[in-house]
Amino acid sequence: METIIQINQVYKSYEEIRAISDISVDIQSAELFGFIGPDGAGKSTLFRIMATLLLPDSGEVQMAHLDTIKDYKKLRTKLGYMPGRFSLYQDLTVEENLNFFAGIFKTSVSKNYHLIKDIYQQIEPFKKRKAGDLSGGMKQKLALSCALIHKPEILLLDEPTTGVDAVSRMEFWEMLHKLKTQGITIVVSTPYMDEASLCDRVALMQKGKIMGVDKPQKIVDLFSKHLIGVKAKNMYGLVNKLREYPLCHSAYLFGEWIHFSSEQEVVKNKLQEFLRSKGIYDAQMQNIQPNMEDSFIDLMTQNIIE
Amino acid sequence: MRIFIIKEFLQIIRDRRSLLILFGIPVVQILLFGFALKSEMKNVHLAIFDQSKDAYSQEISRKMLASGYFILDRNLANAQEMDDVFREGKVREILVFGNNFGEELEKNGNAKIQIITDASDPNTANIVYSYTQAIINDYLMEINATTIKPLMINIETQMRYNPELKSVFMFVPGIITIILMLVSTMMTSISITKEKEMGTMEVLLVSPVKPWQIIMGKVVPYVILSFISAIIILMISYFVFLMPFAGSLGLLLLETILFIVLALSLGVFISTVSKTQQVAMLLSMFALLLPTILLSGFIFPVKNMPEILIWISHLLPPKWFVIIIKNIMIKGNGFMLVWKETAILVGMTILFISLSIKKFKVRLE
Repeated sequence: METIIQINQVYKSYEEIRAISDISVDIQSAELFGFIGPDGAGKSTLFRIMATLLLPDSGEVQMAHLDTIKDYKKLRTKLGYMPGRFSLYQDLTVEENLNFFAGIFKTSVSKNYHLIKDIYQQIEPFKKRKAGDLSGGMKQKLALSCALIHKPEILLLDEPTTGVDAVSRMEFWEMLHKLKTQGITIVVSTPYMDEASLCDRVALMQKGKIMGVDKPQKIVDLFSKHLIGVKAKNMYGLVNKLREYPLCHSAYLFGEWIHFSSEQEVVKNKLQEFLRSKGIYDAQMQNIQPNMEDSFIDLMTQNIIE
Repeated sequence: MRIFIIKEFLQIIRDRRSLLILFGIPVVQILLFGFALKSEMKNVHLAIFDQSKDAYSQEISRKMLASGYFILDRNLANAQEMDDVFREGKVREILVFGNNFGEELEKNGNAKIQIITDASDPNTANIVYSYTQAIINDYLMEINATTIKPLMINIETQMRYNPELKSVFMFVPGIITIILMLVSTMMTSISITKEKEMGTMEVLLVSPVKPWQIIMGKVVPYVILSFISAIIILMISYFVFLMPFAGSLGLLLLETILFIVLALSLGVFISTVSKTQQVAMLLSMFALLLPTILLSGFIFPVKNMPEILIWISHLLPPKWFVIIIKNIMIKGNGFMLVWKETAILVGMTILFISLSIKKFKVRLE
């Protein structure tokens, strides 16, 4: 496989604030690569540097064998970029937006229609509607169509699924997988851990740094603690009490279960006893498999200790 | 670039606010100013110094009074009285017929009328003059329709207290200038900063579009729309308010286009230095519009201002444009007499365009 994106020791600060530091990643051609991290982790800054919109303070980025600083003009013809915020003309219709973006890349909608066909067909019934009046999911589909219309080599999607409903999110990821088969390299950022498993490889980002780059399953396997799920009627009280337990490493609420992790094997009876002594009598426990989020929190806390 | 222009047109047409600024404001302003001045034009006090008292001079006097714009204040008996009536302040205009007005007109087919106006209020003086001129021309057409040899009346004007009308601004040049300035500068600067605010600029930048294409895509639609707006103002002022139009229409329109391009390039420049629509709007309103109104001589004669303000007024593009329109519209001068001002405007345009292209950021910072 060929390396198409090389990010090499990139630093960027906004005045006093360090946005990203020492970022180095290689991304392969036709890979679906995800940058996963909470808000403020520096994902958008990194995407803007890759999109030639920001200059790094130091370090360099090569995209499709072109330097993002020196060769930005040439590179811009090969990139498809979708910013984090919806950035199309809200007062133009779906059709007009698409024609406009095809026009500025000196191509036409019909020429690359095969690329966007699957996506565009879903919004085609609304093609006379103004982009500003579309739902969140449809807006993102339109934005993706516009970013794809010139057949870019690399597609940069900054938080494409933020603010989009669960069904649309799944559809969106399915489309990305289809696009990958066309040979387009796709780089995505997302704050949702559950989307990480949909990528070929992910980089976990936290406070401007990369904590790990690997296949999603490998990252989950990194999780070294013992994990059980706990639930009770009073979940808030339960979390607090669990954190008081001496062997507790972390306790976080994920959906209906509290993920309780510990360095040592958790003896359920002992934990149950402890909770009873704290006045919680209805605690249920079960063994659970760690997921991406457990691993992320684990890495994050390790990072803080370091 | 064509795709840019199409897109920009679509956006302007969809945005009611822009349309209102582009076409509503000019029409309302010109009508307001026009009718405010027009109501003053009723009942202007007129004195007549008729030394001839023949059929022609009396017919002209009668037509003047019958027009509804003038009231006869008094008839003058001698030239000394002229100064006195002006000093009293009520009389705005004196119509002077020479000794043998009718005789000369019949014999030579050519006679002189003198119009003396009180130009201490320059706007009124100018309008009073043009109305009188219109009435006399009307009368000439009437009598020439029945005679074989056309008769001519030379109108000689004298502006008392403010000779040569140097600080006089007809309202139309001022209004055209201000409107073009407002519309062109503000609209472009806002529409470019809007792209920044909405994030669309980010997408445009990550495309092979060149900065000049983005700028031209913004400028061209507004040139066309502002030009239409300017023509509407000219038509209203000519047909509704009977403004004099002495010079070449073609030259005036060309100069108008030049000024529009200048205002637009200024707008583009403003947009390159401001991040949000509000900043752009404030900059074009306060940094440009107010000085334009105050220092272009539109309301306050610049001549009487302190030296430093006169210097500042030289830096303002509108000042030169106002001189140009005034020369063409009222004095009927050709290009040879306005080439200097035109050259200044061209220079300023080139300056702002190159500054904007230079300042235009190809990145986000």
